Amino acid sequence: MTTLLHGKSRTADDSGTGAKPPRAPRKAAASRGGNRRYENLAALGFLGPWFLGLVLITAGPLMASLYFSFTDYNLIGDHQWVGLENYERMLSDSRLHSALRVTFVYVFVSVPLQLAMALALAMVLDRGLRGLALYRSVYYLPSLLGGSVAVAILWRQVFGADGLINQVLAFFGIQGEGWVSHPDYALGTLIVLNVWTFGAPMVIFLAGLRQIPAMYYEAAAVDGANPVRRFWHITVPMLTPIIFFNLVLQIINAFQTFTQAFIVSGGTGGPSDSTLFFTLYLYQRGFGAFDMGYASAMAWLLLMIIGGFTAVNFLASKYWVFYGD
Amino acid sequence: MATKTEAPAPQKRTKAQRTRRLLIHLGLIGFGLIMLYPLLWMLSSSFKPTAEIFREPGLIPWSFTPENYTEGWNALQFPFHHYLLNSAIVVGGAIVGNLIGCSMAAYAFARLEFRGKRLFFAIMLATIMLPIHVVIVPQYILFAELGWINTFYPLIVPKLLATDGFFIFLMVQFIRGLPKDLDEAARIDGCGHIRIFCQIILPLSMPALATTAIFTFIWTWNDFFSQLIFLTSPDMYTVPVALRTFVDSSSQTSWGPLFAMSVVALGPVFGFFLAGQRYLVKGIATTGIK
Repeated sequence: MTTLLHGKSRTADDSGTGAKPPRAPRKAAASRGGNRRYENLAALGFLGPWFLGLVLITAGPLMASLYFSFTDYNLIGDHQWVGLENYERMLSDSRLHSALRVTFVYVFVSVPLQLAMALALAMVLDRGLRGLALYRSVYYLPSLLGGSVAVAILWRQVFGADGLINQVLAFFGIQGEGWVSHPDYALGTLIVLNVWTFGAPMVIFLAGLRQIPAMYYEAAAVDGANPVRRFWHITVPMLTPIIFFNLVLQIINAFQTFTQAFIVSGGTGGPSDSTLFFTLYLYQRGFGAFDMGYASAMAWLLLMIIGGFTAVNFLASKYWVFYGD
Repeated sequence: MATKTEAPAPQKRTKAQRTRRLLIHLGLIGFGLIMLYPLLWMLSSSFKPTAEIFREPGLIPWSFTPENYTEGWNALQFPFHHYLLNSAIVVGGAIVGNLIGCSMAAYAFARLEFRGKRLFFAIMLATIMLPIHVVIVPQYILFAELGWINTFYPLIVPKLLATDGFFIFLMVQFIRGLPKDLDEAARIDGCGHIRIFCQIILPLSMPALATTAIFTFIWTWNDFFSQLIFLTSPDMYTVPVALRTFVDSSSQTSWGPLFAMSVVALGPVFGFFLAGQRYLVKGIATTGIK
């Protein structure tokens, strides 16, 4: 393997340098211009795939979807320019409004709960306990599995009418609802699912807690500060950059939730649109109805919302995030 | 007393302290069990007859049966290993693609000087935050034009084109931490960038490459959205898409086989998690991903 790479790279290198002006006398001064050209050429080679990806897969489609959002396009015929029509349709699309409401409730309930849980557990684990690695792994595992179809299937059973939760409740003589099939509770089960995946931010919090110098706590203890005060006056301020980071990341993630809602509701977003996440509705419009123009407009609305929240987060961070000394 | 406990010097702890620690441990274990209970229960239920799944909240499969697995394996149009194989192809391609594409881009950003570097780097960082839902429609149209719908190309080729900016960032951070003397020495010896990249940077970047491979594995294995969109016929279905058709087609009576196949679907992720924990935890701690 190494020899293969070796041989390959040598020939590639030679042919690469062959294209540039005389190389043999490699004097620092003389090769200055050639050097720069060689650097640029190398950059082109190394960045070539990424650049192609930018044009074809990321930034290009981003611009294209902006264009399609002003058209009527069902993938078969030609697309027709319709101006702002798709955006106007959004104003009166009640399913879109449900989708926005569902998604906002999900984001603003599940993310704070998830982060609070993550911080609480991280603080308990940061006491130099034995078995830290094991606890960390156990709590982290749901983060890895939480987005999968299999776990969504599990959730559907666990919160179903005859599911695990109700079996346990029946044990205490309580007759439970069919949680996933009840419009008032279905979203709640997905919020629980997201809170369940608190392990990833917890690991980040743990790393952050490690960075807080013990002497701060020692000094505070000498001054007689109780644990509550130490938490609010040392831990929280010192952790604000990490809290901010987790907050931004989890909000962006939560806005894009799709799989769980799709599986739990069987792709419908039901019951009565109570789990119709924005991305699920986008999928229905774009790939169920092949209403590509409208789906593109929705995509841009989503981008605006996520971008807006991220921007507000960054602006607000000036007032509460504390970046050390 | 209030200081954070330190590992060295096994100090004698007071009795109160010890009880406190014990209580914390008990709390943590109890909480961990609650967290994992649904997963453990699914595992155990996959060995129960379906009727028992809906009656038995306990973990012990009293009437143990492997039947769910044999039944689930053959419940869909193709035997389940067909979907496993498809998933393996997609995941394998994505890993190779990410390793090649992202490491090349990362080398350019970390070690080369070229015009527009800062701008491109900023653009690259911005693409990390770009939701796939925003670009999926034009991507679909493009791949449809190329005749790539219902093939694995839309799931693999973009990786080769380094579209997972996140991994580029991860590797840039790593490569920046490598001593520059090594490549400078190689430059003086007349090595070009390709050789420096292949023979110095890549071998030294193994931890970052391993992290990339593990995360790519887990994310691609679990990925549902793009596989649902790009794979349209059952013979191309990957595990998540196949499982989804299983849910749709199954009635209350086939939860046993459904659970069994869900366990099969989670197995590889769990295996990679056990094998790559070190890299995973380090990766999340330094970059903050799921």
